[in-house]
Amino acid sequence: MVGGRVVVTADGQDVDTRMSGFTVSPHEECAVEEAVQLAEREGGSVTVLTLGPPEAADQLRDMLALGAQHALLLETDGREWGPIATAAAIAGAVTRRADSGEPPYDLLLFGNEAADTGDYQVGIRVAHALGWPVASGIKRLTLTGGAGGGAGGGAGAAASREYRGTQETYHLTLPAVVSVKEGINLPRYPSLPGRLRAKRAKIEVFRPEWQPEGLRKTGLRLPQETSGRAQVLGTGVDAVPALVALLDELGVLS
Amino acid sequence: MTVLCLVERDGDGPADASLRALALARDLAASAGGDVAAVLFSGADELAGADELAGDDGSGAGAPVRELAALGIADAYVVTAGDGYAPAAWARGLAELAVTCAAAAVVAAATDRGSEVLAHLGAITGQPVAANCVSARWVAPGYCELVRQRWAGSLLEDAALEATLALLTVAADAVPAVPGAGAPPTGVAGTAATAAGTDIKVQLFRPDLAEADRRVRAVESAERSAGVSLATARVVVGGGRGVGGPEGFEVLEELAGLLGGTLGVSRVVTSQGWRPHRQQVGQTGTKISPELYLACGISGAIQHMAGCLSAKHIVAVNTDPDAPIIAHADYAVIGDLSQVIPALVAAIRDRAGAA
Repeated sequence: MVGGRVVVTADGQDVDTRMSGFTVSPHEECAVEEAVQLAEREGGSVTVLTLGPPEAADQLRDMLALGAQHALLLETDGREWGPIATAAAIAGAVTRRADSGEPPYDLLLFGNEAADTGDYQVGIRVAHALGWPVASGIKRLTLTGGAGGGAGGGAGAAASREYRGTQETYHLTLPAVVSVKEGINLPRYPSLPGRLRAKRAKIEVFRPEWQPEGLRKTGLRLPQETSGRAQVLGTGVDAVPALVALLDELGVLS
Repeated sequence: MTVLCLVERDGDGPADASLRALALARDLAASAGGDVAAVLFSGADELAGADELAGDDGSGAGAPVRELAALGIADAYVVTAGDGYAPAAWARGLAELAVTCAAAAVVAAATDRGSEVLAHLGAITGQPVAANCVSARWVAPGYCELVRQRWAGSLLEDAALEATLALLTVAADAVPAVPGAGAPPTGVAGTAATAAGTDIKVQLFRPDLAEADRRVRAVESAERSAGVSLATARVVVGGGRGVGGPEGFEVLEELAGLLGGTLGVSRVVTSQGWRPHRQQVGQTGTKISPELYLACGISGAIQHMAGCLSAKHIVAVNTDPDAPIIAHADYAVIGDLSQVIPALVAAIRDRAGAA
């Protein structure tokens, strides 16, 4: 980004990130905050996981500073990973955990959709791979039954979202997958002790196998500039009569 | 060669976003000389509802189908997937229907439901899903070229999709609802029930669903959100960083009330904690499509514009004549909203008093 504008590399294949920093996307940050709050309330621990290059460990440390206890980096070699390969790698990590004798995960929280591609599908694909129930677009999450104590016998979750002005709720039996949206909570700022702890924390690394996908990027480009420019009605309070006339014309004055 | 297009319902008719998805579906089908069939869902226990959709004599008497007929859609399927919206069941229904009618693609609007159902369908069939497409065409059997949005439309991606069943969601804002090839003349709404309406063939489809497909389904709460819903409001008065603090929103809410609308805010406002997130307009908030969006003290970052470009008219009030929102707005007032908006409220009240 330069001055808030996206810059495409000269070969038209990537976004030029030389001038940018990386952060965790809004939906994902809320997913981590939700996980930390759930663990604070119900007991248990939070593992943060990402798939990306070695530098993505920085974002995992940011999330450890928010209160997550463990971190797992699914390390890639710089190739672009699509949703199918990403979901397979994450489902693999969940299965390995269950096979390891460590307590298995009860709940997988995802950010609802990637900020760049907006694919809206990794959480759902992981759920299908594991045979777990899934709810997406969630803005409110509560655990029901005796959750938080390991394998989650009889434990469940109620996950809600808004649909055309109405609340709709999905009831899930744990283990389950829930994809959340920004607004489910207001993520906290990392504390100083949190940052210090995150700096020292060990990040587990696993290198999953890349697989080709049927959807392949052939290039990136900027859309045509919106050449339009607003008709200026006036300056300051002097513009109010023209503004009232416009509102009248649009039929929004009763 | 058939392209299936999921049509969501909005009240009595098809949702606007679905009509835009249909437009892309028709262009895609036309690129390979095929046809589009619309797919609607209905509860299993409300077969009366399905019959109504299909019309007793199969002539397409139901309102959504009639509207589809007016657009020149020749085939529609009404899929019965049980009561309540169950995303995995809808996807299973589409997967079975795609096999039954040998479909080459399934298209849906990139709405919450459309995106979710296609993601399930992708997982069930093991096929990739191309999200947020703005155009697509086949260049060879099983091989599509497409353009899709990235970063909420601030970038476009050219992509190739190789799949036995092409799955696409459509960035509704970026595609006009006017259908592509073979479009009937515009303004046919009135004639829908007559000439065009008789041409649509409606078939019921009962997929073989397992209990597991329906285990996660929406339970609707009877209580509706109080006040005017942001997503469906006719007028939205927007407030951004320029409002300056939580107290500045009072007059914007008053104005919204006078215009029969509601308040919407930019992301900085909710991350500052000035207003709750449910009032946020934008990529990670609510997408709005009002008659009028009056954006006050909002610079117009792309993530915000992604949520309001469906507004019919955008009026910006901003101190900065070079703010990005001025390039997107139809009208602008260059000025300080803390002066302009109270004066506007007073003028509207005077006018109402005089009337």
